[in-house]
Amino acid sequence: MYDTSDIRKGLKVLMDGNPYTVIEFQFVKPGKGAAFTRTKFKNLLTGAVVERNIRSGEKLEPANVETRDMQFLYKEANDLVFMDQSNYEQVTISKDLIGDAHDLMKDNLPCTVVFFNERPVDVTLPTFVFLEVTASEPGVRGDTSGNVTKPATVETGAEVQVPLFIRVGDTIKIDTRTHGYVERVNK
Amino acid sequence: MPTRGRVIACVDQQAVVRTDQFDLTITNPPRAWRPGQLVEIETSNVVRDYAGDYPEPGCEVMRMPRTRMQRLRARAAALAAVRAFFAERGFLEVETPLLVPSPGLEIHLDAVRAGEGWLITSPEYQMKRLLAAGCEKIYQVCKCFRAGERGAHHTSEFTMIEWYRAYADLDAIVADTEQLVHAVCGDKARVGGREIDVTPPWSRMTVRDAMTQWAGVHVDGGESAAELVRAVRAAGIDVADDTAWDDAFFAAFLARVEPAIAKLDRALILEEWPAPLAALARRKDASTALRFEAYVGGIELANAFDELTDPNEQRARFAHDQEIRAARRRPVYPIDEKLLAALREGLPPSAGIALGFDRLVMLATGADAITQVQSFSADEL
Repeated sequence: MYDTSDIRKGLKVLMDGNPYTVIEFQFVKPGKGAAFTRTKFKNLLTGAVVERNIRSGEKLEPANVETRDMQFLYKEANDLVFMDQSNYEQVTISKDLIGDAHDLMKDNLPCTVVFFNERPVDVTLPTFVFLEVTASEPGVRGDTSGNVTKPATVETGAEVQVPLFIRVGDTIKIDTRTHGYVERVNK
Repeated sequence: MPTRGRVIACVDQQAVVRTDQFDLTITNPPRAWRPGQLVEIETSNVVRDYAGDYPEPGCEVMRMPRTRMQRLRARAAALAAVRAFFAERGFLEVETPLLVPSPGLEIHLDAVRAGEGWLITSPEYQMKRLLAAGCEKIYQVCKCFRAGERGAHHTSEFTMIEWYRAYADLDAIVADTEQLVHAVCGDKARVGGREIDVTPPWSRMTVRDAMTQWAGVHVDGGESAAELVRAVRAAGIDVADDTAWDDAFFAAFLARVEPAIAKLDRALILEEWPAPLAALARRKDASTALRFEAYVGGIELANAFDELTDPNEQRARFAHDQEIRAARRRPVYPIDEKLLAALREGLPPSAGIALGFDRLVMLATGADAITQVQSFSADEL
């Protein structure tokens, strides 16, 4: 069991059967009252944030949560297969857990996978991926002002809005959180 | 609490980040940080304010708004203002021992052991003995020690201003407090980038009104712990069945009242505390204690009592606190018999207050962590 002095960012605890991670904490103590740790937790399953004042002396139950660095191997229907490079163990994870970014995943992409009670519950991709454009209509000459964009398909099959100057064969940097184009990468 | 700032230099394993109030040196900053970038930093990552020359030529540098040296000067100026304030009003400055055989017996304060005795958590017992001995207006600026306290507004060792007036009531202490803070901070105190109006007179509110208005909990002071727990739960605040009266009160206070007070743009006197939180205050009636706390922008600055002068009542409260400390497995300190003897001989009707000096300097300088107004933090020792 943890007590309030163990509270730090990233501590994983179990509350009402759900795994939470500490994202912020602050020592508060009214002059004539007990000390509390005002703590913000993020639910690792839903992402919801809750704030609780935990009194000194209260106990927190550790959550059986493990974070592992894994490599994306390949897609299989609605699932994605990952491998832990330290022991070559393979894990199959549903596409839903990854959300919109699943179509930006290229073979061998390093990811962080969070396990709760040995089940994968969250996958974090690198913030940026670099992908080659495989199809895109040429931009119309002269129409280069402002934020005019056109659709482009990248090597993983995802469609991304890009500026008009992007051509097939260019490598572009994409933000996996927003699915948005960041910049063209010079080779 | 995260603070936003701009990276102004990144060298070796250190970065200097300028926030709206401070230049901060961050050790082992994220690799991606570059000069000019806007970043969020956790105050807990801050080791000290940056006081040297900027190490990287070519980066855009303005004069530092405040350095450690300037902070120390502000602290010294505040201390001089405090002493001048009390001298003008005819108070006698006293010094009482820091090393004592019986530290404060409050339920929620743990003393620091020193040799055969303890370091004081507040100088109140000895100052009251001076009142009983005939001093009428006394003040003291001294170090106090409270084990295990560490946060944005707490350090284990800190400086307290404590003053007493014999033959006076709490209104006189409210007036002193308002004028002292005004003398040190001017019209506006600064808290986390905000300005709080501290021109006297301050707003006043009773604890019961604050709890009703902001927490939706009606507190009488005469109810049982179980009754208060039910009321706190009915307001939607989660507390366990066996929660003690004071813990149930503070669960609601910290969840709803303190955050509401922190949003006020004027200083507040929170008065008339429920009897279970009387501490060393005299009771006005069975359920209300003559006690107030001063809040400025969410910072709990001071706590005042119309002093309990009845030796029998005082002994009963000490014994009660000892029992609770024992039940909660906290160290049980001996009762200060010499204080009780002084009360028996006669303590005049008196009112007194303890005001956190470091927090006062925070309000004067706009610092957002107590360690920013101290010469060294515990981590630097």
